Amino acid sequence: MENILEDNIRRRALRNRRFKWLVIAGSIVTVTPIFLIVINLIVKGARQINLSFFTETSPDTFQAMTATANGEIIPGGIANGLTGSLIMVLIASALAIPTGLMTGIYLYENKKKRYASFIRSLAEVLQGVPSIILGIIAYIWIVKGLTKGYSALAGSIALSIMMLPIIVRSTEETMSMIPVQIREAAFALGVPYYKMIFRVLIPCSFSGLATGVLLSLSRILGETAPLMLTALGSPVMSLNVAKPSSAVPLLIWDFYNDPNMVNMVWSASLFLMIFVLSLNLLSRSISKKRKYI
Amino acid sequence: MEHQSLDRTSMRGDRVTKSILFSSSLVLLLLSAGMIFTLASGAIPAFRQFGIGFIFSSAWDPTPGKENYGSLAFITGTILTSLLALIICIPMAFSASLFISEFYKGTRLASILRSLVDLLAGVPSIVYGFWGFYTLRPLIMKTGLSDQGFGIFTASLILAIMIVPYATSLSSEIISMVSVEMKEAAYSLGATRREVIFNVVIPSAMSGIVASFILALGRALGETMAVTMLIGNANVIPDGLFSPGNTMASVIANQFGEADGLRMSALIAIGLILFAITALVNAIGKIIIKRFA
Amino acid sequence: MTDTPILTIENLSISYEAGKYAVKSVSASIREYAITAIMGPSGCGKSTLLRAINRMHELYPDINVTGDIKLNGESIFSLPAIELRRKIGMVFQRPNPFPNMTVYENVVAGYSLNGIRLKKSQRDDIVEKALRSVTLWDEVKESLYRKGTFLSGGQQQRLCIARAISFNPKILLLDEPTSALDPIATSKIEDLLGELRKEYTLLLVTHNMSQAARISDDSMFMYMGELIEKGHTETLFTNPRDSRTEAYLTGKFG
Repeated sequence: MENILEDNIRRRALRNRRFKWLVIAGSIVTVTPIFLIVINLIVKGARQINLSFFTETSPDTFQAMTATANGEIIPGGIANGLTGSLIMVLIASALAIPTGLMTGIYLYENKKKRYASFIRSLAEVLQGVPSIILGIIAYIWIVKGLTKGYSALAGSIALSIMMLPIIVRSTEETMSMIPVQIREAAFALGVPYYKMIFRVLIPCSFSGLATGVLLSLSRILGETAPLMLTALGSPVMSLNVAKPSSAVPLLIWDFYNDPNMVNMVWSASLFLMIFVLSLNLLSRSISKKRKYI
Repeated sequence: MEHQSLDRTSMRGDRVTKSILFSSSLVLLLLSAGMIFTLASGAIPAFRQFGIGFIFSSAWDPTPGKENYGSLAFITGTILTSLLALIICIPMAFSASLFISEFYKGTRLASILRSLVDLLAGVPSIVYGFWGFYTLRPLIMKTGLSDQGFGIFTASLILAIMIVPYATSLSSEIISMVSVEMKEAAYSLGATRREVIFNVVIPSAMSGIVASFILALGRALGETMAVTMLIGNANVIPDGLFSPGNTMASVIANQFGEADGLRMSALIAIGLILFAITALVNAIGKIIIKRFA
Repeated sequence: MTDTPILTIENLSISYEAGKYAVKSVSASIREYAITAIMGPSGCGKSTLLRAINRMHELYPDINVTGDIKLNGESIFSLPAIELRRKIGMVFQRPNPFPNMTVYENVVAGYSLNGIRLKKSQRDDIVEKALRSVTLWDEVKESLYRKGTFLSGGQQQRLCIARAISFNPKILLLDEPTSALDPIATSKIEDLLGELRKEYTLLLVTHNMSQAARISDDSMFMYMGELIEKGHTETLFTNPRDSRTEAYLTGKFG
């Protein structure tokens, strides 16, 4: 009996050690892709990035072809993508942030009502809708309906629908963490409702709200599919929102599809990733700094 | 008299604020209703032409005069890639979760791993797409299983990497919530770490872990860009794991721009089906979390 | 009860961080088949000391242990921890039966977790014997296959004791086993412990000195990590040698 027990213990200790190494190996495999991707982007993309990268619009295919034939860096940059993305994100934020904020506040203030839980479920469902479908919606509503043609506005609408549920839910969650006593104190001082919202609720939860906004922004910055159906892409920078517009991910798609410009894929993506990463780091540092929420 | 008028103004002010908040909640409601209505009405011509058989037909023929469309090829493609991605993702997410929440819980190593996994979620879909194109595709071609490198397997592989962060973050949270006392009781009976994990931790966290994988599946269903770039874009039911195929999201991305009339209606109908499947899967995941965790 | 020490603690010191000691140079011999109570004010190190005996402290990093503990003359650090824990069982402050197992499965959890296969008849015997020893058999024999969580707090704790004694450990460690229970359940368990000492050696940490006085044969008084005094319970309580022991017993602190 003793021998069996002893063997048993050795076998179990062995299995225990093996399992631990299996978990470590699995974890390494899991994070390997991120290293590979980042290294690839840096090695292949860093050359292309200089000041003109940001100030010049994308090259046409002929320029690119001659440059690669001569072994030079492809001229041009992503300026049209930058302005396009900027305009669409601004419009989308102008639409989604106030609406999302107010809806989130409404849900927080009316937690018990059945209507509120219904709206909350709608927000959850909306968050899970694939972005390409939002592209279809914006196409039908704006491209066919409003602007009669591909437009930056259509792209903005698609992006704003993506941002909305994220802002609604993070607003409600953040507000729920404010202690009830603060609200009551404000009311006890006879503060009118709207002032309580603007002077008390929002400032108190500011870092949480900012985090939610940054989160929604990082979500939409890398989106390509809905923009393919709405903004389409454009070689120029333009302020006309009723016309097609470029965006950084759209440019990456254009570069990818053109054999002459393929090398710009890496630099554009490197830029995009660094930008999205900075947003994430920013939101993380905001949530750490503020003590309240 | 002074008091009365002040009260009335402030009450009116409060009422106005309340109704503004309420109307912002209506935006979500109208948006959702509008989306469903638009998708449904856009899809009707296709369903009227092909009946319910549209769902089960694998035809896809855009030749004018004998147009015939069906969604089966794409439904199969979506389900195959998403399920295979989930299967590939499970061991990776499990290892990472156990690393973070069991073996190295609370250590710096664990937070480093967690950040690395989170980084995976910050890579835009299109970047995964061309990274897969330049890195994974040659590897798969080398194995000889597929001569072009495109296909269900390649797409599923990249999809698996993309959904790992979602599965990992939720699972690791659930696993770390397993009560310390439960684990200590098992240790005090002489169990090894592996035995405690399999006999106590995992059964305890099971429903949360399952829910996290279902939610990861929900994300995989809607992924567009990376899949489009690696799946081979063949509008047929794939006949093997390494054969090309197409998913609902990618066929829409590919063909929507040049489609009109019946073909567009067919694409919208596919969008509607995708919307329904995604909403269903996400709802199941949320219900499991609410009920059991 | 005999006078032979089954467990000797030799100059044991336990620290969390550099310089901060939870247990300082404690030495003691524990008698076999007796109940030894470890008592003292909160933070005196009694739980830390107890948990070192079955090496539970090894589950947490950064804990440094110097000195030795010998079970029947053999150092507890000389064998694998998973083997040691079959010889020394533990009962915790809050009853913690495994919620995903039935009453039956909980009792034999020590065997199943360790991968030891038993015939059904062996398992049945073990379950019945253990449950009878904790006087739970009559109360649960009809519901052996229900999940353990339907039992009351006191019954759950007795189930945990049954689980711990199911593989006949030499020593049973109890970390404030009744502090989460009501007075009636507490007194049932105290009676039970009195019976169990005929077959097992019990080491009991308690913050309730009257409990120590009621049921223990020997007592150890600890204060700020040090063992201040140890002796037969009656002697310690009626004639403490150290002034700090006396102060504690008369309620001046703790």
